[in-house]
Amino acid sequence: MSAPTGPARLLDTTGGRDVISLDAHLERWGPLPAVGSAALLDAVELSGLRGHGGAWFPVGTKWRAVARSKRSKPVVIANGAEGEPASGKDRYLLHHSPHLVLDGASVAARALGADRVVVHVTAGAVAGIDAALAERARRRTDTCSFEVVVAPDRFLAGQEAAAVATVNGGRAGIPTFVGIRTVREHGVAGRPTLVQNVETLSHAALIARFGPQWFRTVGTEESAGTALATVTGRWDAPRIVEVPLGTTLGHALGIDAEAARGIQGVLLGGYGGGWIPTATALSMPFTEEAARSHGSSIGAGVVVLLPTGVCPLAEAARVVRYMEGEGAGQCGPCVNGLDLLATSMEHLAYRPRSLRGGVAALPTLCGLVEGRGACRHPDGVARFVRTAVDVFGDHAALHLSRGPCQTSRPFLSVPAGPVAQVR
Amino acid sequence: MSRARYRLVVDPIACDGAGVCAELLPEMISLDPWGFPVVHGDEVPPSLLDLARRTTVSCPRLALTLVHLDKS
Repeated sequence: MSAPTGPARLLDTTGGRDVISLDAHLERWGPLPAVGSAALLDAVELSGLRGHGGAWFPVGTKWRAVARSKRSKPVVIANGAEGEPASGKDRYLLHHSPHLVLDGASVAARALGADRVVVHVTAGAVAGIDAALAERARRRTDTCSFEVVVAPDRFLAGQEAAAVATVNGGRAGIPTFVGIRTVREHGVAGRPTLVQNVETLSHAALIARFGPQWFRTVGTEESAGTALATVTGRWDAPRIVEVPLGTTLGHALGIDAEAARGIQGVLLGGYGGGWIPTATALSMPFTEEAARSHGSSIGAGVVVLLPTGVCPLAEAARVVRYMEGEGAGQCGPCVNGLDLLATSMEHLAYRPRSLRGGVAALPTLCGLVEGRGACRHPDGVARFVRTAVDVFGDHAALHLSRGPCQTSRPFLSVPAGPVAQVR
Repeated sequence: MSRARYRLVVDPIACDGAGVCAELLPEMISLDPWGFPVVHGDEVPPSLLDLARRTTVSCPRLALTLVHLDKS
């Protein structure tokens, strides 16, 4: 067992095995060191690890907030719901390296003094996790108890309050209004609850073994370590790539100027993320800070390279309509606003001259939904629309002057039906 | 008590757009095109605090609350 020296950390697979067994896992990484709560909290904080579920919130700060809540024993949710259709990295990790995820959950439980861990995954991942948990039970690797809860196939299933609602037996995958009483204080069974993405937990499992200084040998001051990205549009099929934070996508994905000419624009952060012009997206540091400074977000590591030859506005319209259908249908501004946004994008894509107010009306519509939902779903859709209108402004002008594109083969994956996700 | 600072928070799930709040407190609340409230300003000015408190209890869905600024 030794610390990985290169940028391949989570994807440092042992001998190309499909599923890494507990034996192979322990042979590669060794057992979790017997470190106490205070030392684990310090290590995670010093490492600079941030949340890879999409929010990029500092993990040390989050763990301390839950640990401080002394009312009752906390609960840890290892969140692998991954409702984003363009993301596959969490399922990849759960399938190939379940023990890295479960180690991370075990580390979090020990750091917080939690005795209960809920593994929240889609139905397809349950068998693999059950098998991994059986291996661990035979070896008695953990002191906390594990249970598996199936996440519904919904875009919002992984949202923090929605995950807690699912585990609590409420409306599965539907966010609740938490107001100022967050799930960190009042979550599963009313107990303080940590909801942490499975990739984040896997990084924590390596930090517990090799320390915060090792973790910081890759990445930038603000964004340490690596990130898993689901990359669509670079190869024939989407691939999972481990990107050292702070490097450029052009470098990490091997895209030269010639190849870049075949890319119309880059979507970062998925369907609640934002579009960035190709040259910028490929040359900026791959960090959340850089993405935000361009109006986007890395989110859960979704990278879509949109090829030339497809209509970006038709693509955007399909995504916005899908996102409208994936709303929980609870908040007035989101129910009304997303439908209007979807309709407006469909006008721009297919009947541009019937778009009332022209392209300029779209940012105003976005302003009507931003910050007005119980969750951030409308904010993500607004960001997607704002950046699409910016990045594909020339294309929109063509639609308005010459009419819509005649045909366009669909490129972005949008599940059919309101909640069924075909992957 | 009166020196504490407050903001108005809408529970968007509970709110059904009755619009009572915008009638009672137009200084701070307007309605969007669908009749749902938009709160203006982060802090409730002390001069409006009593009116804001009466507005919260007048909401038929109790979807409007005054929240301590230092607790949020």
